[in-house]
This record gives sequence, C-alpha cells and structure tokens, in this order.
Amino acid sequence: MTIKLGVPSKGRLMEKTFEWFAARGITLQRTGSDREYAAAVGGIEGVSLMLLSAGEIPRELAAGRIHLGVTGTDLIEEKLALWDQLVVPVEELAFGHADLIVAVPAAWSDVDTLDDLDAAAAAFRATHGFRLRIATKYHRLVREFLRGAGVADYALVDSQGATEGTVKNETAEAIADITSSGETLRANHLKILSDGLILKSQATLWRSRTADMDDKERRTLAALLEKLA
Amino acid sequence: MPTRSETLAKAAMLRAMFEAQGALVVEPPILQPAETLLDLYGEDIRARAYVTSDALRGEQMLRPDYTVPVVQMHMAHGADSARYTYAGEVFRRQEHDPARANEFIQVGYEVFDRADPAAADAEVFALISEALRGLPVTAVTGDIGILMAAVKGLETTQRRKDALMRHIWRPRRFRSLLDRYSGKTPVPATRAALLDGTVKNEAPMIGLRSTQEIEARIEALREDALTPALSGEQVSLIAALLDVREMMPNALSRLHDIAVDLPAIAEAVNLVVARAEALAARGIDTDVLAFEGSFGRSSMEYYDGFVFGFRADMRPDLPAVASGGRYDALTKRLGQGDEIPAVGGVMRPGLMLELEAKQ
Repeated sequence: MTIKLGVPSKGRLMEKTFEWFAARGITLQRTGSDREYAAAVGGIEGVSLMLLSAGEIPRELAAGRIHLGVTGTDLIEEKLALWDQLVVPVEELAFGHADLIVAVPAAWSDVDTLDDLDAAAAAFRATHGFRLRIATKYHRLVREFLRGAGVADYALVDSQGATEGTVKNETAEAIADITSSGETLRANHLKILSDGLILKSQATLWRSRTADMDDKERRTLAALLEKLA
Repeated sequence: MPTRSETLAKAAMLRAMFEAQGALVVEPPILQPAETLLDLYGEDIRARAYVTSDALRGEQMLRPDYTVPVVQMHMAHGADSARYTYAGEVFRRQEHDPARANEFIQVGYEVFDRADPAAADAEVFALISEALRGLPVTAVTGDIGILMAAVKGLETTQRRKDALMRHIWRPRRFRSLLDRYSGKTPVPATRAALLDGTVKNEAPMIGLRSTQEIEARIEALREDALTPALSGEQVSLIAALLDVREMMPNALSRLHDIAVDLPAIAEAVNLVVARAEALAARGIDTDVLAFEGSFGRSSMEYYDGFVFGFRADMRPDLPAVASGGRYDALTKRLGQGDEIPAVGGVMRPGLMLELEAKQ
C-alpha cells in the first residue's frame, strides 16, 4: 500500500502546496480533466495524492485515513479536540498566513481590549435584552479564548462567509474571523482588539498519529520526510 | 466498572431513600430548550453540554443537570415549600479529558423551603453524607454568600461592586478586576488617551450598539477613573477570606476575625455558624468537617450560599462523588416574579459502586 498525502483541492492553497513540494523534488499534479479530482505524484515511489477540501483534512488525519496532510493551524485546532494527540506538525509551509482575531466596529472608541469588550457586553445585554453577538465560524477556538479571558454575556452566531459584513447588517455586534492583511476589516469599518489575537495560522504539513503503516510504508514515509526537511 | 443495570439499581435505591424523606419523584425531559441554559450560563455551557437542533424548535440541549428544569417546574406551579428527588442520565460534553464520562447517572434531592435555610442545608448534606457512609470520601464545604457579602460591603462604587459580583464565579477575572480597582494594574495607555479626549474617532457608526451606549460607557470610565483606589487592606481581607482552609471550628474563628475588619460579612458568617449547629444536630461531626473560602467558585454559576462536595480520598482523578449547594437567586431568575430559598445536591451512583468495589 501507499503513503497517502492529503492536499487542498482548490485555488491558491493547492497551487502553493504544489510549488512547495516541487521545490523539494516532489511533483504533485492533477490528472485527467480540469474538473476531475484525480492526481499523481512524481519524484518518489509509494506515495499517493488525495485532493480534499482543506476543512476535511483535519478529520481525515485524525481518523488515520491519510498519513500526511496540508491544512491550516486554525482548522486543525478548531476541528480537533486534543489535536496534539492526533496529529504532529511536520513543516510550516510559510504561506497561507492568517490570524484569527476578534474585531469590533472602529467607531467603538471605548472598546480596545477584551476587558472593554466584556464590560460593553454586560451593558449591551442590559440595554438590549440579549447577549452581544459575535459572528464566527471558529466556535470552539473563540469560545475557549473568551472563556480564558473571562468575557461573559456574549453569544456566538454562526457565520460561514462574509463575516465582516454581519455588523453592518445588524446580525452581529462583533466578529471573530481570520484575516491576513486586515484590509477587509478596515473596508468594513472594523478594528482588531489590541489583545484580540486568538491564533496565528499558516499552511502546515501534518503527520497523523493514528494512521497505520507497515514496514514498507514506514520506509516510504521516512524517505519522503527526508526530502521535505 | 459497574454495569449500567447495577448503577440504575443503586440509583433507584438512593432515590427511594429521598422519597422516604417525603420527596416527590420528578422526571424532567432529557431535551431542554437551549435558550434558558444559554441565558443562565452564557456560551461556556456549549463546552459542557451537547447541543442539538431541529428546524421547528431550534436549539435543544441534552440536560447537563436536573437543577434548572426542576427549579423551572417548581416555579411554574407556585413557589411553595417542596422536596423533590430524581434519578437519571445527565450529559456532559468532554473536549479535554477522554477519561471523563460524557453520560452518567445522577441522583438528586432538591429542597425548596422558606422556614429555616440552615436546617435545609444540613438536611441535604446529612442525607447525602449518610448515603455515602463507609465509602472512602471526604467532604469539603464552603459558602459563596460570604464572598458576595464581602463584595457588597467594599468601600467603592456600585458599578465596581456590580462588576465584581458578575465575575464572582470566574476567579481569574475577579482577581484582575481587584488588581485594577486597587491600582495594582496600571491604566492602559489607550484608556488614558480616550479619557483625556485626545482620541478622535471618525469611523462611521455601524451595528446595533449606539453612540449613546458608547458615550455612556465613556462616562462610566471617566467616573471610574476619578474613583479612589480600593484600599490594600480591603483587597487583603478578600484574599484572607478566599484563603480560609480549615476544619469548621478553626475556619469559623478565622471568619469571625475577618468579620471584625469587614463587618459586612458578619451576617453571612452567622449563617455558617447556624448551619454548623444544624449539621451537628443532624449528627455530622463538624470538628472534622473542612471549610474552604474559595470552594465552589469555579463550578456552575448558580450557587450563592452553602456549597459542598465529596471527593474520593485515594482517587484525585475522579470527579466529585457528590456535590451541591444553595441557589436562592436561581429561583428568582427562573421564577417570573416569585422566589424561594432552595438547596440541593446530587450523587453519582456509578462512582459510588466503583469505590465500593475497590474496598
């Protein structure tokens, strides 16, 4: 059998991953038509490529259905409880940089820290009768971060896209989302809290702790990791 | 490990014991509306309870405990004196420790009683203590009401007291508020700039939080900046309260000492004295009953008076075998205008059998 490598199936993340491997003598490429998710690996024997959605790679690594996978730190930590028992970071790929942050309207001149956010949330709840809403898709990471900081009286509302627009649309009062340059935040009149950095993420190559391997696969993995190091 | 049917048999036995005390058996539904629990505990409850949903009723939670539904049921049918017991599964989401059960059997006893809170506290504790007799467990007691009384009695603004009260169950946050109010933590530069009016904000207003709300908060911050720092003496009195960790007689004398400098807690300390007497009258040896000033602060945030827990002696890895406390404020919050003093406790028959088997 082969060592299975899971790589994001689309866009810049896929292209950059292919480039990163190519620079280390491993060619990854899609085969067949543009729409077909088939792929081939060159430069090493015994490795097969699986093109997956970046969001599914953590689950596949945790289940041991792939041996190696490329995905962001944010997705690993959000989707896997006790992630460090399930996967090991092998290499940081130095692209796909994104920070998971808490942001509030720039007009809130009284709110600069999590401390302020907590106080504003208490007052907001007293005034409006419901908890201050924070839009995010990173429910677990955000909740743990805010609990650690002792922020109360907020509600997480799910937002799977266009999260920066939720405040203007009045479906949330604040957001927690990933940002790389902060431009979308600024364009939507939001500012990052000075202590609102939850996580720094980048594309990372992970090894599954749970995937089974025979001797031959173990040798293949060792050879592959040596090339990549 | 005991089997499920052994645990259920043990649970039935314990419930019958409470029934014999005159408790009414209740069976609240497993699915609870999520909104009530979220309003009480905030988002943190999502880390502890399983949430499910359908398109019709929205979010539902698998009951993480019985107290909230029992209180709701009781308050909906008038807030008279009553005693209830129940036995069944509760569900706790586990995200950090795979050794912790995410579904287990709980047996509980809840007492709604206006007449004599100290006697009701002692009744719940003594019955549970009796049920645990012979097992290698040790009880710890505490009283959140003392800390609350201390906060109410601080020489500072109502706003600061409210902020401390709001975080009484979050020890770290409580501590950092105290540090700020006592001047130990410096004011952040951004805050200073905001208050002296050098900050110009040209950003457009978006969202529901209005300009008036922002201005009201800035006004509150200005007022707070002019408030004298909390004295070091007051802060150390709070610290001394939280540090009390003795057998009941010594703990009481420590509390009496602290009450000399912090008279606001005197009444709450008298309640501890009355409770100790009621416990002794029920046959509890209070000379060897531990009292900890900080006990029960980081658990479910509805206990506001007596709190207790029983832990296995040689098994620090196990969760509490039994626990409980007083939750007067919860009945008010769920009471739609009514309220009644209430105290209750739960046991885990599965853990009890595990400990019995080891003996």
